[in-house]
Amino acid sequence: MALEQSVIQDKLVATFGEDVRFLEKTDIFTILIPSHLIVPVVMFLKNDEVLRFNFLTDLGAIHYPDNQPAEQFCIFYLMHNWVDNVRIRIKTFISGENPEVKTLTNVFLCANWMEREAYDFYGINFIGHPQLKRILNMDEMVSFPMRKEFPMEDGGRTDKDDRFFGRTVSNKPVQDQVPHEKL
Amino acid sequence: MLLPPEHRYAKMIDARKNEDGSELSILNLGPTHPATHGIFQNILLMDGERILDAEPTVGYIHRAFEKIAENRPFYQITPLTDRMNYCSSPINNMGWWMTVEKLLGVEVPKRAQYLRVIVMELARITDHIICNSILGVDTGAYTGFLYVFQFREKIYEIYEEICGARLTTNMGRIGGFEREWSPRAFKLLDEFLEEFPVAWKEFENLFERNRIFIDRTVNVGPISAERAISYGFTGPNLRAAGVDYDIRVAQPYSSYEDFTFTIPVGKSGDTYDRFCVRNAEVWESLSIIRQALDKLPEGPYHADVPDYYLPPKEDVYTSMEALIYHFKIVMGEVPVPVSEVYHAVEGGNGELGFTLITDGSRTPYRLKFRRPCFIYYQAYPEMIKGAMLSDAIVILSSLNVIAGELDA
Repeated sequence: MALEQSVIQDKLVATFGEDVRFLEKTDIFTILIPSHLIVPVVMFLKNDEVLRFNFLTDLGAIHYPDNQPAEQFCIFYLMHNWVDNVRIRIKTFISGENPEVKTLTNVFLCANWMEREAYDFYGINFIGHPQLKRILNMDEMVSFPMRKEFPMEDGGRTDKDDRFFGRTVSNKPVQDQVPHEKL
Repeated sequence: MLLPPEHRYAKMIDARKNEDGSELSILNLGPTHPATHGIFQNILLMDGERILDAEPTVGYIHRAFEKIAENRPFYQITPLTDRMNYCSSPINNMGWWMTVEKLLGVEVPKRAQYLRVIVMELARITDHIICNSILGVDTGAYTGFLYVFQFREKIYEIYEEICGARLTTNMGRIGGFEREWSPRAFKLLDEFLEEFPVAWKEFENLFERNRIFIDRTVNVGPISAERAISYGFTGPNLRAAGVDYDIRVAQPYSSYEDFTFTIPVGKSGDTYDRFCVRNAEVWESLSIIRQALDKLPEGPYHADVPDYYLPPKEDVYTSMEALIYHFKIVMGEVPVPVSEVYHAVEGGNGELGFTLITDGSRTPYRLKFRRPCFIYYQAYPEMIKGAMLSDAIVILSSLNVIAGELDA
C-alpha cells in the first residue's frame, strides 16, 4: 500500500510537534524544519518502520540574499522511500552571517561529498563533517562562487534588464510567494 | 611524488617500516593518464602492488554549469547538459526538457514521447558500449572495443540525422523535437537494429565466459547493496549489487510505462556483475526501441505551445505573429511561473536529477544537477582498498565515471 502524505504528516507532528511545517502546492511533498532538527528528522524518516525513507537522493543549498539575515541560506534534502516509492523534500533555512548546520555524514555516506559541494559553493559549515574542504574549486580560492553576489559576467550589461521587458522578479523563497494562477 | 610533510600519507609512511626493509610508497594515478579515461587524480598509498588507501581529487574540468545556468534562459541550458555525461548527451537533453515541461505544464504528444524514448535508449546503448568495451581494453582485450565501437558511430549518424550534431547533441526543444525525423533516420535505425544485435552477441560471447576476463573481474571491487545505497549508488552500478531500482519503472516519464522490459540485476556488485548488467541492459534497450518503433503513433512531433516552441522559419519571414514569438523566444522572454520542480531520468549512470527553482525571471533562480557519477565516485577509495593497482583501473572503468558529469 502506498504511503499516504497524511501518514507522514501525522507521524512527524506526533514526534516533533509544531516545529515541522508543511508546504502546500509543491511537486514533491515538502517539509520545512528548523535547522537544529535536521539530523533527528532525517534519522526518524530513515529508520521509522512505516516511513522508510532509505535513500538520500540529493542535497543542495540555495542563496536568498534578500531574505532577513536569519534565513539567507536554504538547504534542501531530497529523500526517497524505495519500498513505497515516495519522495520527500526537507528544507531548512539558516543564517547568512554564520551559515552552519549539522552534518548528515553519520546517517548517509553519500552526504559527504554533497556537503563538501555545498560548502565549496556557498560556504556553509557542516558541523561534524570529517573532511570539510573544497571539492570542485581549487583550495586556494577564497570566495564562494554560487552566492548571488559573486558576479559571473560583465556587471555593466543592461540589455537584459528585467524592467525593460515588463517583468517583475521576486527573490523570495518559493513558498512565500503567491503561486501563479494561469500564465 | 613529493608529499608535503604534514600530509597524512607522509606521516603513515614515516610511521611504518616493513620487516624486509621496504617502505610504503605514493603513486599518483592521474590526473592525466590514458588509463583513467578522464581527468581525475587519485593519490594512492601503496605497499608494493597493493593499495592501502586512496585520496581522490576531482574538479579538474569543473565549468560552473550551475552558475552559468543561473544566467541563461532555458533553451541555452541544453548545451550545458550535453557536456555533463557526454557519452549519452540525448538523455541529459531530454531530461532537461522534461524538467522544463514539468515546470511549465506542457503536455508532449505521444509521438514525440516515443521518439524521445527511442533516442534515449540509443544513448543508453552508446553509453554501455563505451563502458563495457573500454573495460575490455583495460583487461587486455582490444578487439572487442574496436569491433563494437563502429556501432557507436552508426548511432551518431542517427543523431546527426535527427538534430545535426553527433557528440554534444543539443537535441530537442520545449515540447518535442525541432523537426520531424527524416525517412533516412528511420532507415539508419532499422539498419542498426539489424546489424548491432549480431555484433553485441559476439561481443558478449567474447567476454562473458572468457577465463582471463573472469579472473580479472570476478570479486574485484565488490560492494554490498546496503553500502551501495548508503553511498548513493543508482543505475547499473546499484543494480549490479542486486537492487532493482530504475527510474524508468519507479517513476515512469515520457511513456516508459507503455513498454515491457525487465530490469537486469546482479548479485555481488563486483566488476563482472556491473559488466553483465550493462550487457543485459543493452538488450532491454534494443527491445524498448523495437516496441517503440512498432507502436509509434502518428501525430505531431512537438507540442502546440507557441509561447515556447519556435515557429517555422518560413512563417517568421512572412507573418507578424510568428516573428514576435520568434523574437521573444530567442531573447528568452517566455512566461515562466514561480515554482520549484524536481525531475529525474534514468541516465547512463543512474538517477540524473534536475532541481529547478524559478522566480519568474527568464533564467532559473537555482538549478541543481543530481549527477550520479559525482555521488557514487566517493565510494571509489573504499572499493579499491586492498586491491592491486591494475584492479583499481578496472574498477574505475567499470564504474563508468565520466569526468564531465563528475565535475559539471
